[in-house]
Amino acid sequence: MNLQLNDEQKLIVAMVRRFVRDEILPLEMNLDPDADALLPEDQERLVGMVKEMGLFGLDIPEEFGGPGLDMVTKTLIAIEMAQHRAGLYCPCYGVFGGAGLAQLYEATDEQKERYLYPTLRGEKRGFFGLTEPSGGSDPARAIQTRAKKEGDDWVINGTKIFISGADVADFGLVFARTSPDKGRNGVTCFIVDTDTPGFHVRRVIHTLRSAHYATELQFVDMRIPHTNILGEVNKGFAIANDRLSRQRIPYSAGCIGVAVKAHELAVEYSKIRETFGAPLSSRQSIQWMLVDNEIDIKQSRWMTLEAADKADRGESFRKEAAMAKLVASEAASRVVDRCMQIHGGYGVSKDFPFERWFREMRIRRIGEGPSEVQRHIIARDILGSSLR
Amino acid sequence: MSIRLDKPWIPLTSEDLKQVKGQLGVYQLGSEKDGVTYIGCADARTLFGLKGELQSHVDAGAEVFFRIEVTSAYQTRYRELLMVHFAEHQCYPRDNKESELPRLGRLSPG
Repeated sequence: MNLQLNDEQKLIVAMVRRFVRDEILPLEMNLDPDADALLPEDQERLVGMVKEMGLFGLDIPEEFGGPGLDMVTKTLIAIEMAQHRAGLYCPCYGVFGGAGLAQLYEATDEQKERYLYPTLRGEKRGFFGLTEPSGGSDPARAIQTRAKKEGDDWVINGTKIFISGADVADFGLVFARTSPDKGRNGVTCFIVDTDTPGFHVRRVIHTLRSAHYATELQFVDMRIPHTNILGEVNKGFAIANDRLSRQRIPYSAGCIGVAVKAHELAVEYSKIRETFGAPLSSRQSIQWMLVDNEIDIKQSRWMTLEAADKADRGESFRKEAAMAKLVASEAASRVVDRCMQIHGGYGVSKDFPFERWFREMRIRRIGEGPSEVQRHIIARDILGSSLR
Repeated sequence: MSIRLDKPWIPLTSEDLKQVKGQLGVYQLGSEKDGVTYIGCADARTLFGLKGELQSHVDAGAEVFFRIEVTSAYQTRYRELLMVHFAEHQCYPRDNKESELPRLGRLSPG
């Protein structure tokens, strides 16, 4: 793998870095430390700037109007976009636009008309409904939401938990068991309109995360037409699984971005803060923390970019994505913790971003598959797929 | 944890506010008779947290009752309380100006 950025990548990285520092950070100074949105007028202005930069809708494929960037470049951008207080879960407060639900790019033409294109135009929002109270790490076995065929419809009953954005969504992808005895080959993905009778958002789940709270959903005799199946009956697990692998690369990049910013702040602070007549940076205990940060960041960055590079080359990147997610989430947690320690009392106050990063970073070792599941995936790759 | 804030109402007076501390959290104004008339949030920008926010209502001459919930998840809890109120009354509390509300979703609490 070539570790040198090309000229275009250097230009894009510099442009996004400048955007975050000149546009996002000053606005953030006037927001609540737990804010997850800009004022509407600021949002509109910054979206306009991003469109002018040609970077709006980063994850949208080129044939659907996206900028057509490779995964390595998108990863570099994601690292930059996360370098502010809300950056872990609200990189640049969403002004770079979303991709909608990537699974819809494989939808039927009719489904694309109804769900994908309105989402890309910003007219509709979707959610991804996989995790259930019975578990999220092993969706093939944990899914207990049932869908039964009745005439031309499917009747869905069940509960989903930790689902982000369902309360503001117009539709969602809901995974339900259609063949109870077929394990991973008995799960189907349904496109569900949120105004369907029987669709309920029961509560907000309050967590360590300040932004994009999760919700609990309940489906009671929710009737969905057969035409709203995404893909084929009993083939939903592959849709869920593909999303899980692909999502791990930007997820890792967000962790790295926050770690980079935290480290940068700690380096600056260690030079100006004096104790017992000398700057913190002259103390070996502080130097070693900064050295460990540097190593953690570099290691995470290389592993994440390697996974992205393999994805760009069309090779299997499941193991590399799992390794990147495991290493980046755990390394960034250590980096934020050390930076908080270097900042002393300020580190735990809401005057600085560390306390938010510390809380939200803890979720990263669980979200998108906990560290233990990533190790399981890597072990399965090393030892063979029969590992259970 | 109850999705609703259903603690007893306390008179909103400077005297009664002595029991409130400067923590972050959410609060409701209203009364047994009128129900909830305002849902507020003491976020990390406030100088004196819940105590300061409620004192500002006293200073403005509000003659109502209050109840609070201390929580570090004040942003999400604030939104949840507003959504629950909307689900149960098909409107937001009388004194919450819609133009000042954050983006809210839809809940159908059981």
